[in-house]
This record gives sequence, structure tokens and C-alpha cells, in this order.
Amino acid sequence: MEPFQTLDAVAAPIDRANIDTDAIIPKQFLKTIKRTGLGVSLFYDWRYLADGKTPNPDFVLNQDRYKNARILVARQNFGSGSSREHAPWALLDYGIRSILAPSFADIFYNNCFKNGILPVRLPEDQIDRLFREIPKQSGYRITVDLPSQTVTLPDQTRWSFDIDPFRKKCLLEGLDDIGLTLALKDRISEYENRRKVEAPWLFSHHGA
Amino acid sequence: MGKTLFEKVWDDHIVAETDGATLLYIDRQLVHEVTSPQAFEGLRMGGRPVRRPDATLAVPDHNVPTTDRSRGIQDPVSALQIQTLEENARTFHVPIFSMNDIRQGIVHVIAPEQGFTLPGMTIVCGDSHTSTHGAFGTLAFGIGTSEVEHVLATQTLLQRKPKTFLIRISGDFPAGTTAKDLVLALIGRIGTDGGTGYVLEFAGPAIRKLTMEGRMTVCNMAIEAGARAGMIAPDEVTFEYLRNRPMAPKGALWEKAVKAWESLSSDPDAQYDRTLDFDLSSLAPQVTWGTNPGMVLPVTGQVPDPSGAPDEVTRTNIKNALEYMGIAPGTPLENLKVDRVFIGSCTNGRIEDLRQAASIIRGRKVSSHVSAMVVPGSGLVRAQAEKEGLDRVFIEAGFEWREPGCSMCLGMNPDQLAPGERCASTSNRNFEGRQGKGGRTHLVSPSMAAAAAIAGCFVDIRSWS
Ligand code: SF4
Repeated sequence: MEPFQTLDAVAAPIDRANIDTDAIIPKQFLKTIKRTGLGVSLFYDWRYLADGKTPNPDFVLNQDRYKNARILVARQNFGSGSSREHAPWALLDYGIRSILAPSFADIFYNNCFKNGILPVRLPEDQIDRLFREIPKQSGYRITVDLPSQTVTLPDQTRWSFDIDPFRKKCLLEGLDDIGLTLALKDRISEYENRRKVEAPWLFSHHGA
Repeated sequence: MGKTLFEKVWDDHIVAETDGATLLYIDRQLVHEVTSPQAFEGLRMGGRPVRRPDATLAVPDHNVPTTDRSRGIQDPVSALQIQTLEENARTFHVPIFSMNDIRQGIVHVIAPEQGFTLPGMTIVCGDSHTSTHGAFGTLAFGIGTSEVEHVLATQTLLQRKPKTFLIRISGDFPAGTTAKDLVLALIGRIGTDGGTGYVLEFAGPAIRKLTMEGRMTVCNMAIEAGARAGMIAPDEVTFEYLRNRPMAPKGALWEKAVKAWESLSSDPDAQYDRTLDFDLSSLAPQVTWGTNPGMVLPVTGQVPDPSGAPDEVTRTNIKNALEYMGIAPGTPLENLKVDRVFIGSCTNGRIEDLRQAASIIRGRKVSSHVSAMVVPGSGLVRAQAEKEGLDRVFIEAGFEWREPGCSMCLGMNPDQLAPGERCASTSNRNFEGRQGKGGRTHLVSPSMAAAAAIAGCFVDIRSWS
């Protein structure tokens, strides 16, 4: 996983609440057996016209000024619905590395961290301000800085945000958690040995 | 201080605590074809085995065709995904119920049916509706593919402890209402993010009276309220359901297990972060009108008018939803004509759901402008229904009787809505495009879906004779 330190990039506003993972990446693209290549299908139903090819000129990401956006700004409950990690894979493949919203759905929020994407929770009034300012100023860039846990606007307004220290560390260093957990494999075996005595039915099932 | 059901299960599964996160042991992992290929690929690249194949069960369900399987899978991309699951199961020694096994079906239907799901367990799957298994007093939740790989490799997961939310349900189900109406009304009340960050516990006399299948319907949709998990304490109803299931413990081991399971209910002095009382006496059959499950009303209601919304964000939400759904503000739900009816999914694809629907349509005919289908949740549900003659009831009424799978719940296989088609569906999500691009989904109970198929529009099942 690519580490996340500081990102200074154009921000694209998608003014909707409850953007679900079906909207981020519709089901026909879940048939892949790879993680990559999903970027062209990101927000497919909104991004393309009925022919599935022609970009919909009304959709934010199709507007020239947002072409290189690497930050998304959205309303509450971003990423609700299915657990598909294809959603963060599609965002990442497109180039999005950070999302700013008042709240996120739990599974999506988790999945972002596994893929080097930083979801930032900001209060409603700050998000409101972004929705007001971004459309007015072409090339509106935001700096998201993980070490100092701050978001900086073009006029140097600086807001701080919360993040769990363990997630922060993994993201800063791009750590592989499977490797970290396997370092605890003796603890896992000890646990299993104890449970085999306490709850043996968990270790012996018939059938299959 | 006493413990909640959730805390008991959580505490039993702590392997280690690190930096504010808990390494939690996972008793069972379910695997399907859509969210697992990249996880197995990761194992292969890291040279890692599956730690406990015996605690893992694989099944193809999302992509499988629901018509004539003898012809195989027509779509080559779906076929490759299912073939990849088969190969991964073989390479990593994971048990699998293949497409032509009678035990094949939707992952959240087959695990309880086999007794693979047992009280007090932690269960995960790369699928958000894993919350279903919480009906057995398990801590069960959906995870992403990176976490699927983590569990395959380590049988553990790093988790932050969620908060607890007790929902106490009292009263009796009024005639014509079901577990589905209860959970839809509840989501309408607390919102699609009302449960975010919490594990919900459903309790109270009304829950005790529900069958296991009704309890599964309720927990299934906990995720639609934003909660990753919903739980219900196990009781006699749970034990009766599980007794003699193929993978449930037998003999002395069964006795020992039941003893342990009896201690799983929340202690009387347990504390919750949030509680809510919900009374059933005024519950009416529910129909969703918009593009998320919280946009729901009693069938006798009228869709809202955005101009009456309290704030700008709500106004835009209502306006977008009504536009997508092709409904004018203020329209009564009973005036909405349906084109399609889908009975199935992990919410309502079990035998009791099919019995309910069949009892409504017996001796009637599907409206001439409606195309309707029944997709049983598993091969065993299908076989049971056929034994009871329910397939004849559906077929004679004009329903299609299909093979088991996820089908039009999400339309990854050819079962999809065409743009603009309106569907009464017993599934769990009415998001834009969920059942097919431009498709319009209204979530309802099995009896409400059956009645809509006959009448050709939504009808109040309470006045149905
Ligand atoms: S039936 Fe629908 S909700 Fe359930 S597992 Fe399948 S696709 Fe997901």
C-alpha cells in the first residue's frame, strides 16, 4: 500500500448525501478478479450518458476544471451500502486519495485505510463552506496533511481533524497489517488452544 | 456491572489489544465469488496458506444464473469469477457448495440452514449483509476484501470496539405486518446512518415471539440503518432451529454448547450507549418510495413534497429521489403501478417468506402487465417449497420459479430491471441502479410483493380478502 503523507490537490464537490457504493462502482464491474482497472468505471451511471461511453457533461468529474481532482468533497454518510472494496479500488485507480465529508459508512471508512485513501470527517458547516467556495474558484486546491491532521484551504484557513492513532500510523507508513498480525501468531495459537477446551464445538463440525 | 450480549461475545474473542485496536478471533468466515478473488490472490503472492479451512465455507451466489443451469454460465466474465472461486477453494482446501450442489444458495441463507452459524460466534464475510447471522446471538459483520485476506491468513481481525444500541420492541404484530415491515419502519425512524458506529441489539417481547427466519430478516437489515451488526440473544427458538442441522454439534457436545449459549443474553444491569423503545401496535405494511431504505412510508401514505422539507439538504435528497423514481410529489403509494415483482434475497428468500407469498396468491393470477419471479434463497429452500407444492401455486399464478441465488437483488446475473421499470421487491436495497440501471425499486414484505403482483399496483394487504 502506498503511504499517505501530505496531499495538495484539486478538490471536486459532489453535492449529494448517502452516496452509496452501488453509485461509486455499479455491480457489473464487480466481476473482475483484479484490483486495478476500475477507475474508468468510477461513478459510471452518473459519469456517462445512456450509451455508457459519452461523458455526461453535467457530472462534476467531467468538467475540465476538475479533471485532475484527487480530493472529493461530499455530504453525509458517504460510502453506505455494500462492503465492496471495489469502491475504494475504483476511487484510487481514478486518482482520488482523500475524501472530505461530515460522515462515512463504517465498512467503507475501514476499506479506505486498507488502500491508502484518507477519509476525513469535517463538521457540516465546514463542508457547507467548501460547497460554497469550490465552484466559485477554478483550480481550488486543498492541502490534506496527515502528520499534523489538518486541512488547509487556499486562503490559508486551517482546520484540524481526528483520526485513530493506529490507523494514522499504518497509513503514514503504508504498513501491511497481515504481516503485523502474523507476528502475533503464538498468541493466536494460545487463544485457539484455550478455546478448544472451553468451546470444543467451534473446532469440530460435521458435514462439508 | 453486567454485560450486554455484544460485550460477552466480544470479550470471549479477544486475542490481544494493540494501540487502541483489538485483535479479535474469528470463528467462521463465509466466502463468495465477488469479494474473494483478490484476497486469495494476495495469499498466493505472500505465500500464505488459509489458517483454518475448516472454519471457512465458500459458495457462489451473486453471479449464478437462475434459469437452466445445465447450460452453464453464458456470461464469460461471470463464469471466470465462479471458476476462480472453485479453483481457490481447491488450492486452499476450503469447503465449497458448488453451483450444482443442492446446498448451494445465498451465503446468508445457507450458513444458518447448515448449522454453520452458531450462537456466540464471531462470523465475517466480504458482504455487508453478514449482519443476518446476528439473529443467532453471533457477532457477525461485513468486511472488505483486504480484511477477507487478513482473516483467511490469520483467523483474526483488528477491530475497534463499537458502541451498543438497544432497541426494545414491544406489542404484537398487527395483522398483515411482518418482520420486514418492522425493520423498514425502524430504519425510517432512525435513518440510514442512525446505527453508524453501533452494534444494535434487538430485544423485547415482540422479538421473542419472532421465528428464527423473522429474526434473520430484522438483523439482515441492521446494515441498512448504518450498523455493521445486529444481534438477538439466543433462546429456545434458536436452539430448536439449530438442533440436528448438518453442521451443528451433536450428542454430548450439543448439550454442552446449549448450556454455554443459555448464558449469552444481556445481564439485567447491562449498560448501553443508546436505547430506543419501539412499539408495534401502530405498525402498518411499509413501502419504500425513494432511493434508500430510510425513505419509507406506510402503504396508505403519500410520497413527500420537497417543498415541505425542513432544510436544503433534505429538499435536494427528496427531489433527486422522486425524480429518479419517476413519482410526482404527493402521489399516494397505492396509485403506483408496478411492472416487475421480485420475491427472494437474503432478506426474504427463506421458506416462511415463500409460504407467506404463496398464501396470498393461491388461486389468483398475476396482473397482465406484471412480470413476476420467485428466487428461493437456497437449493434446500427450493426443494422444501416444491415438497409443499408452493412451486405449483406460483407457476399457476404466472410467476417464474427460479434456481437459487442473489439474482435481481443486485442484478449481477441477467436478472435485471430495464430502465424505468418499477419493481416491488422483497430485497434490502433500493439504491439508484441497484436492480438494473434506471430501475426503480420499492422494498416491501413478501406478502405485499405478492399482492402487488396480483393487483398490478401497491395494495394495502390489510384490506386484502
Ligand atoms: S441476496 Fe442481495 S443482499 Fe443478499 S447477499 Fe445476495 S446480493 Fe447481497
